[in-house]
Amino acid sequence: MRYVLRRLGFFVLTLWVALTLNFLLPRLMPGNPALAMMSKFHGELGPNALHALEILFGVNSHESLLQQYFSYLHQILTGNFGTSLSEYPASVSSVIGSAIWWTIGLVGVTTFLAFILGTGLGIVSAWRRGGKLDSIVPPVFVITSAIPYFWVAMVLVLVFGITLHWFPTEGGYYVTTDTPGLNLTFFQDVLNHAFLPAMALLITTIGTWILTMRNTMITTLAEDYVRMARAKGLPGHRIMLDYAARNAILPNLTGFAMSLGFVVSGAILIEYVFNYPGVGYMLLQAVSGEDYPLMQALFLLITVAVLVAILAADLLTALFDPRTRTAR
Amino acid sequence: MAMPVAGVPTETPAGQLPAGRTLARVGRAVRSSRKATVGTVLMVIFILIALFPGVIAHDSPTVDAYAPRLPVSTAHLLGTNAYGQDLFSQVVWGTRNVLIIAFAVGIAATGIAVLIGVAAAYLGGWWDNVLNVLTDVLLVIPLLPLLIIIAAYAHGASTGVMITAITVTSWSYTARQLRSQALTLRSRDFLEAARVRGERRLYVIVMEVIPTMTSLIVAAFLTNALYAVLLSSSLQFIGLGDPNTVSWGTTLYWAQNNAALQTGEPLWAIAPGACIAVLGAAFALLNYAFDEIGNPALRPVRKVRQKKGAQ
Repeated sequence: MRYVLRRLGFFVLTLWVALTLNFLLPRLMPGNPALAMMSKFHGELGPNALHALEILFGVNSHESLLQQYFSYLHQILTGNFGTSLSEYPASVSSVIGSAIWWTIGLVGVTTFLAFILGTGLGIVSAWRRGGKLDSIVPPVFVITSAIPYFWVAMVLVLVFGITLHWFPTEGGYYVTTDTPGLNLTFFQDVLNHAFLPAMALLITTIGTWILTMRNTMITTLAEDYVRMARAKGLPGHRIMLDYAARNAILPNLTGFAMSLGFVVSGAILIEYVFNYPGVGYMLLQAVSGEDYPLMQALFLLITVAVLVAILAADLLTALFDPRTRTAR
Repeated sequence: MAMPVAGVPTETPAGQLPAGRTLARVGRAVRSSRKATVGTVLMVIFILIALFPGVIAHDSPTVDAYAPRLPVSTAHLLGTNAYGQDLFSQVVWGTRNVLIIAFAVGIAATGIAVLIGVAAAYLGGWWDNVLNVLTDVLLVIPLLPLLIIIAAYAHGASTGVMITAITVTSWSYTARQLRSQALTLRSRDFLEAARVRGERRLYVIVMEVIPTMTSLIVAAFLTNALYAVLLSSSLQFIGLGDPNTVSWGTTLYWAQNNAALQTGEPLWAIAPGACIAVLGAAFALLNYAFDEIGNPALRPVRKVRQKKGAQ
C-alpha cells in the first residue's frame, strides 16, 4: 500500500512539474514569444479568447508572477486551454479531440504488438542462448535502436509507397474519396493507411523489448529454482515460460514505463513523415503556425498520457510482484 | 530513438581496480569484442571526416553552384539537390555539426549525471531523496515534446541552444544508472578506509568513488552522445534547428520540405539519414560492448565454448 501511495505521490509531483514548466517556459524566454503571436492575431480575436491567452502566457498582465501562476493553474485545471489560433474560433480542446483517437489507435495497437512480439523473441533468444536467433537478433536490434524513427519511416515510404505502390504514404484515410463512418471500406482504408506508420514504429521500438527481456531472462535462467525445475525433469517449454519468463517479465513492465516517452517521441516524428492526422503531427503544425495555445495543450496532453501510462505500469508491477507490496 | 538497453548495473570486478588499469582493461576488451572493434573503427572514421572534411569533399556545401537534380556521377558522388548544391559535400561537411553536438552534450550531460548520481548515492539520506526525485521526474517527462516547445519558443534552436537544451533535459537516465552503481560501492572497505583516514567527502567522491566507475561513466557518455545525435537530428529534421547550419538533420529538413522522395531524389533524404543511422549505430555498438564489459553475464557464450574445445 505504501508503494502505491508513493507512486501516486510521484505522479502528482511530475504532473505539477510539467504544468509549471509549461507556465514558466514562455515567460523565461527572452522577449516573451507569445507577445509576437498575440499582436499577429490581434485583430481576429474576441475579448474572451484574448483574456484566456493573457492568462496562459502572461501577456499584458499587471499581476505578479505568483498571481499569474495561480490563475494559470486554475484555468488549466478547469480544462480551459484557450482558443486555437490556427483553427480560430474553435477551442483547443475540440481541435485536439479530433486528433487524439488517431494517435491512440496507432501508438496503442503498435505498442501492444511490439510488447508481445518483442517479449516473445526475447524469451526464445535467451532460452536458446548462443543459437541462431540469439546471434542474429540482439546485434540487429542494437543497430535499429540507434536509427532515427523518422528515417525508418522515410525508407518505408520510399520502398513500399513510392517504388512498389503497395501502401498509401500519407494521411489517415483517403480524404477525397472516403467518408469516416462505421463501415468496412472505411475500416480497411484506415488499416491500409496505418500499416506503414505502424511498421516504422514497430521496427524501431521492438528492440528495447527484446533486449530487456533477453537480458533479464538470462539472469533468471541461472537461478536455483530453474535448476530445480530442470532436475525435476519438467518439459522445456514449462521451464521456459512458467519458471523463467514469468519471473523475468517484470523489468519489461517497468522498462516499458521508462521507454514510453521514447515511443511517444517516435510517434510524433512518424506522424510528421506520414502526415498522419494524430496529435504529434498536430503539435508540429501548431509549432510552425505559431499556435502556442494548441502547442501548450498538446505538450501537456502528451506528458499526462505518458505519466498515466507509467502510473498504470507501476500499479501493475505492484499487482504482480508481492515484494513491492511488503517491502519498504 | 529507442532507449539503449543497458543491463542493470551490477557490481563489476572493475570496482576495485585503479583507473589506469581499468583503461588498459577497456583497451583489451575493445580489441577482443567484435562489436567494440566495429564501433571504434566507425567512430574514428567519422571523427577524421569531421576534422578534415575538405580533404574528401572539395565543393562548398552551401553554394548553389551546379545545375539542380544532377544524377550520381564521379563529379557528384551523390548528385545535386533541387537547389544545385552538391549532396556529397553536404553530407561530409554536415558530420562536424552532429559530432560537436554529440561530444558537447555527451561530456556535459555525463558530468551532470556523475555529479548528481554519485552525490545522491554517497551522501544518502535527505540529499539522496531530493536528487533522486529530481532525476526521476526528468526521466519520465517525454524529452522530444519538451525540446520541441523549447525550440518553438526560441524560434529555432541554434547549435548552442540545442546543446544546452539537450544537456539540461537528458542527463537523468545515466544519472540513475551511475547512482545504483555508486550505491553498491558505498559499503566497500576502501571507502570505509578513506572515511577512517578522515578524508573530506568531496575528496572521497572525486578521488575514490568516481575512478572506480570508469567503464560505466564511458558507457554513460556513449548513451548521452547517442541521445544527442538522435534528438538534435530530429529537431533539425522537423525544422526547429537553425536552417542555415550545415548538418545531416538540416539537409533532411530541406529534403522533406522539397518532397525529395516523391520527386525522384531519394538520395537527398536517404544519404544523410543513413549517416545518422551509422553514427548512431557506432555509439550503440560501443555502448553495448561496454555494457558487456561491465556486466560479464551478458557476454556471448559461444566464445567460452570455443575455448573449452581448444583446451
